[in-house]
This record gives sequence, structure tokens and C-alpha cells, in this order.
Amino acid sequence: MKNFQIIRALSSRTAVTNISKEKEAMFIAGGTNLVDLMKKNVVAPDKLIDINGLDLKKIEFLKGKVSIGALAKNSQVAEDATIKEKHPLLSLALAAGASQQIRHMATVGGNMLQKTRCSYYYNTDMPCNKRTPKSGCGAIGGSNRMHAVFGASDSCIAVHPSDMCIALAALDAQVLVEGPKGKRQIKFTDFHRLPGNTPEKDNNLEAKELITAIEIPDHNFTKNIHYLKVRDRTSYAFALVSVAAALDLKNNVIKDVRLAMGGVAHKPWRLTEAEEFLKGKTVSEEIFRQAGDLAMKGARTYGGNDFKITLGANTITEALIIAASK
Amino acid sequence: MSKTSNINRVDGFAKVTGAATYSAEYKTPGVVYGCLVGSTIAKGRIKSIDTKKAEWAPGVLAVITHLNVDKPSGYQKAKDKRNFGQPLQIFKDDSVLYYDQPIALVIADTFERMQYAASLIKADYFKEEHSTDLQKAADKEKKIDTEKGNDYHRGEHDGYKNAEVVFEAEYTIPTEVHNPMELANIIAKWDGNKPTLYTKSQGVEGTRRSVAGVFDVPVEDVSVFSEYLGGAFGMGLHTWPYEIAALMGAKKLNRPVKLVLHREQMFTNVGFRPFTIQKMGLGATKAGKLTGLTHEAVAMTSSYEDFMEGTVNMSRFIYDCANVSTRYRIVPLDTCTPIWMRGPGEATGSFALECAMDEMAYKLNLDPIEFRKLNYAEKDQEQNKPWSSKYLLECYEGGMERIGWKNRKNEPGSVKEGNWLVGYGMGTGTFGCYRSPTSVKAKFLQDGNLVLQCSVNDMGPGTATMMTAIGAEITRLPAENVIVEMGKSGLPKGPTQGGSATTSSVGSAVHDACNLLVSKVLELATQNPVFKGIAITDLTFANGLIAAKNNNSKSIALTSLLTANKLDGLEVENLSKAAEEAKKYSIYSFSVHFVKVLVNPNLGKIRLAHVVSCADIGTVINQKTSAGQMFGGAVGGIGMGLMEALEIDHRFGRPINNNFADYHVPVHADIEKQEVFFVNKKDPISNPMGTKGLGETALVGMAPAIANAVFNATGKRIRDLPITLDKIIETIKV
Repeated sequence: MKNFQIIRALSSRTAVTNISKEKEAMFIAGGTNLVDLMKKNVVAPDKLIDINGLDLKKIEFLKGKVSIGALAKNSQVAEDATIKEKHPLLSLALAAGASQQIRHMATVGGNMLQKTRCSYYYNTDMPCNKRTPKSGCGAIGGSNRMHAVFGASDSCIAVHPSDMCIALAALDAQVLVEGPKGKRQIKFTDFHRLPGNTPEKDNNLEAKELITAIEIPDHNFTKNIHYLKVRDRTSYAFALVSVAAALDLKNNVIKDVRLAMGGVAHKPWRLTEAEEFLKGKTVSEEIFRQAGDLAMKGARTYGGNDFKITLGANTITEALIIAASK
Repeated sequence: MSKTSNINRVDGFAKVTGAATYSAEYKTPGVVYGCLVGSTIAKGRIKSIDTKKAEWAPGVLAVITHLNVDKPSGYQKAKDKRNFGQPLQIFKDDSVLYYDQPIALVIADTFERMQYAASLIKADYFKEEHSTDLQKAADKEKKIDTEKGNDYHRGEHDGYKNAEVVFEAEYTIPTEVHNPMELANIIAKWDGNKPTLYTKSQGVEGTRRSVAGVFDVPVEDVSVFSEYLGGAFGMGLHTWPYEIAALMGAKKLNRPVKLVLHREQMFTNVGFRPFTIQKMGLGATKAGKLTGLTHEAVAMTSSYEDFMEGTVNMSRFIYDCANVSTRYRIVPLDTCTPIWMRGPGEATGSFALECAMDEMAYKLNLDPIEFRKLNYAEKDQEQNKPWSSKYLLECYEGGMERIGWKNRKNEPGSVKEGNWLVGYGMGTGTFGCYRSPTSVKAKFLQDGNLVLQCSVNDMGPGTATMMTAIGAEITRLPAENVIVEMGKSGLPKGPTQGGSATTSSVGSAVHDACNLLVSKVLELATQNPVFKGIAITDLTFANGLIAAKNNNSKSIALTSLLTANKLDGLEVENLSKAAEEAKKYSIYSFSVHFVKVLVNPNLGKIRLAHVVSCADIGTVINQKTSAGQMFGGAVGGIGMGLMEALEIDHRFGRPINNNFADYHVPVHADIEKQEVFFVNKKDPISNPMGTKGLGETALVGMAPAIANAVFNATGKRIRDLPITLDKIIETIKV
């Protein structure tokens, strides 16, 4: 790790102004991912703009939506009584991530910006287009059990690792950002990117932009919801596959449905086709199974992750069954 | 062992409050910080190494490579290079023998500056083709002509082939790493030509000998401190190159050097359980009598050292069988040398043997325990000796009752709880009971406290607590009055901690020394006027008071006795060894692990609903520490069964999951209910306490228990560890 400076920002405006002056500067909040990357020499910023002092920690229930400050801790959001009541899918997904200690440190904004967890990215003497453009993708032809089955490219097959983001993608959240050019909103499902030829770009934040909040519009997905995370051990492991399933049921008929998957793509993977298929149908194991199979159509595997097609379909089915039975 | 059988860990308070001093924590004035830079290729030679930037970086005191090292004189004198115990000679020349092999040592005045400088070192290589894949290199196997490497045959060679019912299968286990929480760490310093090491070692005396050999100094001149260990699991059984490097740096700078490996380096530089391929052949009569058993293993070693372990040994004696063959081969690969990892070869071997026994039981349509009972070994056929004691049947019974074996159905997939498939499985473990010659000094201080001294280490099982319990029992003192000093050179010589031998070796030595000390106290007492005319056999000693058996009024406190004799203490140092009588017997611990799994076949999810580990370890000295050790060993076996595997990208010859996020060990939530059970019957032969050893057998047999339970639940036989969910869902149709 090289020497670096820390500058403590007192407002989002000064944070953005400060970072705009620097070439190799980064924001730091919880630091649960960035510090690891710095220790491994994957990233080496000269300056860190510490935003922990900013007034962005509040969870506010406004008319028609909730606004969650970018610096709200993962555990704070997961355990908030009103979030549990109005957005239980988000609470479940957050609680499935990392460990309690990390959830106490990690912020909502930082969770969205964590890097893909591909081993080749983290090891500086391995090829990785994301870390070192044009060095090749180590995971293709290498170890790719954790890797993508949707939306990958020849340059990168890494997956987005967050649990929280899968729920936010399902709940049609909006991302509020502030940058040198002012404030703007990004649809959550447009926030993260597929790798294409520029895997170094994980998301559509522009240079020096800062996430200030997440907004989730009110919805009816408060009862028949489930976040099912399949992983190699019961806690403290990234998802092989995860599914956020939310059903709005009336007399066992699916009025509305949201489905999103984690562990399968470079971004939270919303299953719109399966959602359309399910709308208006009566709940049954068979249609959930069909939705699962439909969702996995077009999946492409890389050897180590061949099992994800079966596992993905089964996880969707199982998540829907559990959600419907609540 | 009544009063002391459940005392708390005597060092528990020091450990949880941070008062215990681990190697890198010794306050050492003038200490500077070193770290190792590793090669980025798996095999070849260093073409060039650029150390200039690092040397010019702020605070850097030295950069040592093969180009500028003062080679220790012991390098020349080293014996046969391949002989185990002769590890990599660090910085010896330009050759690279494995990925992340240390190629430079960077020392700076602060930890941060050292880290930064290390990142500036760049090397170029002449690359050579590497070989890291045992499955591709298995044809390069070789037989080592030693006791461990020799083939074994009893009766007909491969006699299983002629049986009425024949079963054959191949099993693999991947490389696993020890990775104790406490990283490998050392502070090295020199006083003239005398080295001192504060280091993570399981054997103070072994480390002294290794260091003396490398630096060509007398063993007595080497001081080693290793008073507390935050786990080791076998990785502390070697003196590793990082320790030699720290000593080289300290010598060059004439300052103490602290060196702590990175977590990543713990996966590449301090040994591992070797990738092993095993072939089993079992033959039986239709009625279920084993008639033949062949066990073959091919394991990896490094290109520079032949490492071997007891992988096939258990198959020679655990079941009654007339025709037994075992073969053990190793294949040199371009990696660091493996090292015994808890349970060691026996854990590897039991996976193949105990899965094969389960598979054969199915083939014979027998309950797996019934099949084992039909082949119960009444004596050790390998050594042709009687068992010193064997309560394996009690372990079967105890486990069956606790796990609810009666609810098991032989037909796979026939028991369900909701949507979960239920499976029951078991696996047998065993480990030899060894006893090494050990010296202990027992000493009464003037204040009446008892001091016990031995250079043995404690990597976690509670050695000091065991010594305290035995010392207190023999001297009939409260445990609070016993003080243990251990884990450093200069004390009476103890054994290396490994092979489940510590209690048998050190405990016996404490036992003997304390008995001699009590006799010495009583002898001194007979000379005191209080006991005039009373025979030594009519005196008792308890709670620091010597008294006449038949006359309570005649007594004297030990402290007063010492004062009366103008003594500031009374001590005995004694060397204890196993009795000749023990050689007539075969002495083993036995364990049986039972698991109940719940499997979701759609998601491949395996839940450990209930785990029961039963063991015959002779006398249990301390129920708490023994249970703790058994729980820990069983969890190690669960990791082996379900998740641990060092994954190598063979294109680069390097691990890709060398961190704790990607290399999984179990968490609490993985095990829903766990219990342990000890038969707790004294072995009449093993040693004065009747103990047999626990640390290794606590793990041996767990992995096959899980594999067998998964089969019972799903009908899916997984012969390649670990049993990850992708292996469960692969062939189960949705």
C-alpha cells in the first residue's frame, strides 16, 4: 500500500469540489471493500475524500417513497422497523449479505459501488481486463465457478456481488447523485453496467459524482416476498445464485410480480420476461417452474459454472414458492 | 481425576484479555519490520530482479535477495536434499520452485514503509514448464524406500479380487490449508553468534535443531520462545523459510526483525494437506465378512522434499481381514512442501476407507454399522498384538443412540422432513497413541505453590491446563496453586506438540515428577521432630499439609517444613519414558462421527442438522478442554467434507482462492446441533493416567460420515471432496 492523504469532507458539495481538484482521488465511506483493494495494490489512490461526516445517514419516509441516505449503514437499514414493514425484501437481502460486523461498517452507497469479486481481479499478477485493460480475462478458461451466465462478454465474465442491489433492482429504486455538473437521478436498473468492451466501468456514475441517496417508491410487495440466496456456506459467502421475488397476490392470482437475480451477471439481473409471463396467472408450482426455466433461457456458461442454469431455474422456482406461501 | 477433571483453562483469562504474548507481540527494543516478496511464476529462474526502487524508498534498511545474501554455512553442509526436514533453502540461488516462493526480503523502519517498498520489487524470469496438477502428473508417481513408503501385504496380494462380492472405487481429496487465525510470525535477533527466535512453533526443541543446522551454531546457543499459539493444526511442525529469512535479516542489520506472513502467503508458503488420489478395493462374502482390502494412495509432494504421511495405514488394522494390501506413492509437483494437517494422512485415508465400507455395506444390503461389527478386529492384525484397550463398540452404540440411527432407512432418499431429504451417515476414525521421552521439573516454592516446567508448546488444546490438573491431583493441591512454565527453550525438554501425544508424554512426565516430589517432601518430613517414630508410609500430604494418618494433631505445613530446613524450595527434574510393557500392545484411540443431514436436492443445499462425535480416548483428563478439542476437530472434518479446497489455476500454477473470502471454512450457522461423547475408560497400558490421545482422531472419520449421509439422503455418491452444492444438483433432474 502506498502513502495516501485523507481529507474529511463536511458537505456533499465540498466533497465533490474537493475530488474534482484531484487526479487520483476516491471517496471513502465504510471502506469495507476499498481498503482491501488498496492493501492488495489493486487500486492506489493518492487521496481519499472521507465522506463519513456528511449528513447522508437518514432514512426518511416521504409521501409515496422512502429516501435512504447513501451513508446509512447496511445494518441500520436492514433493522429499521419501518423498512421491515414497508420494504421487507430489502431488509431480507441486506441481512443476507456479508457478516454483521461488515454490515455495521458498510454503507448503502458503498454497497452499490463494491467491485466484482473475481479472484483474477484481486490478484495483481493475473490477467484481468477490468483491472488492467487489454491484459485478458483470466476467468475465461480458468476458475469460473462463481461467474456470470448472462450479459458477459469476451473481456469479462465477473458478477456483481451485492445482495442489497438485487432487492433494489426488483423494487424499481432510483439513485440520486451529485456531481460537478449538479444533481441527477439514475434508474437503479440502469446504474450498473454490463462489461462489454469496457469492464473497467462497473456503473454509469460519471467522474467525480457522489451517490447521495436511494429512493424506493411505495409498493404493495410487503407480504409475499422472499430473498433466496444460495451459497457455499450458510453465512459470510457470496451468492452463487440469489433471487429476489416479490408477489402482489389477490385470491391467489398474481396481480403484479418483481423478480431479480444476483450472482449471474455483471449487474443485478431483472427478470422482466418471467415477470410478464407470471402476471395474471394463478399461483402454482408448475407456473413458477415454467417461469424459472423461461428466465434461464439464453444463459451461457463457462465450464465451472455450468450448474448455474439448473440452480438458477430451481432457485427462482423455490423463491417464488416460498414467497407465495407467506 | 475427580476434583480437577473440569477446571477452566488456566490461560483462558490471559488469552481473552490480550495479556497472553504471542510471538510477534514480544516487546523488542529497536525492532524493524520485514516482509517477503514472492515469485509470480511457478517454475523457472530469476532473470533479473530490480530492487533499486525499494532500496531507495523511505525507511528501507535492507533488501536481501539471492544476489546479495550471506549464505548461512549450514546450506553447504545440508544432507540429502530430498530428505524431509530439509526445507527450501531460501535465497540459495536463482531458481524458482513454486509460485510465491520468497525471492526478496525487504526490511524497513516501519510496517507501512516496509509494505510500500515491497510493492516496488519487480522480477523478470526465465520461465519453465510447471507441473501442479496431481491428476495430470499421477503417472510420475514414485515409491520411496522407507518404512512409510514400503508396500504392505498380509495374506494374498490384492486378495479382494477373488471375493464373492467385489467393490472398487477411486476417491480424491483436494489440497487443504491449515490457516490458523494467528498468522505465521517471528521476531528474530542475534546476540553475537547466538540467535533468538520468538516464533510460531509446535516444537521448541525441533526449531532449535533446525536453526542450529542452517546457521551451523550449537543447538544450546539457539533460544526459542513460543509460549502461546493462536492455532497451528500442524503448520508449526516445520521450520519454514520465513523464519530463516528473518534470522538472515536480523544478522545483516544486527537488529531484531519482525516478520509476519500475509494471509495470502499462509496458503502458499507454510504447507498444506496434500491433494491425494486413492483407490480402494474391497472383497467380502455375501454374508458380509471382509476377505480382502486393498488401499492405494498417490499424494503430491514438492520438487525438493519428500513428504509422506499415514494415509493407507488405518486400512491395515481397523477391520478384521485376512488379505490386506496397501501401496503409497508420491508425485513431486512445483509447490511448497506439504505438512501434516490435523488428523493428517489418517483423515485422508479414512475418507476413502470409510466411504468404501459404506458403499460395500450397500452392495451387501447391510446396515453400515452392522457391516462394521461383522468385521470388528479383536486384535491388531498388522502388528499381531492385542489392543491395550478398545471401546469402539461403545462409540458405535453411544452415537447411534444420540443421532437417532433407528430412524435411518437403508434405502436412499426414503426419509423426508418437509421438503428436505434426510440422510444418516457415520465414519470411523483412529489414531495411534504415542509417548515421547519428556523431562519435567516439579518444584515447590517456599510459599507452597507448585511450579511445573517443560519446554512443550500449547497450540490450543489446553496443555498447561492438563499439566495443572495432573500436578494438582498428584500433589493434592488446589489447581490455583499450580504454576506452569512452558513453550520456551532452557526449560526441561518436552516433545513437539503433534500426533496427539502431548498428554501421554508431558502428562506422564508431570505425573512422575510430582510423585517423586511428594516422596521427597515426605522423606524430609520424616526427619522432622513432629513425626518422630512415624514411618513415611503413615504420612499423608494434601493441601500443602503433611500429617500423620492416625494422628491428626501431628502435622506440619510444607511451607513451615521448608523454613525449618532453611530451604527456599524443593524440586525434582525427571525424564519419563514409556514402559517396556507397552511394546507388547497395540495402542490406539478410536472415534466414530455420526451426522444427520437434510438435503434440498433442488438447490443442492446440505444442512448439518445434527453432528455427534464419540471417542474412546482412554481417561478424560479434563471434560471441558477435551470437549472443546473434539468440537474443533469435528468442525475441521466438516470443513474437509463440505467446503475446503485450495483451488489452483494450473495454467499459472498458482492458487486463486488464497484468501478467507474465497477459501471457506465452516461458520456456526452451518452446524445446527453438535455434541460430543467420551467413553472415558482408563487404558491400562498407555501411560500412568490411562489416556490415549484426542487431537487427531477428533477429525478422522468426519468427512466420510458426511459423504455417507449425503448418499443416504440423495442416492448421490460423491467421491471427490469437498461436497459442494453443484455436485449435488448436477445429476438430480428437476
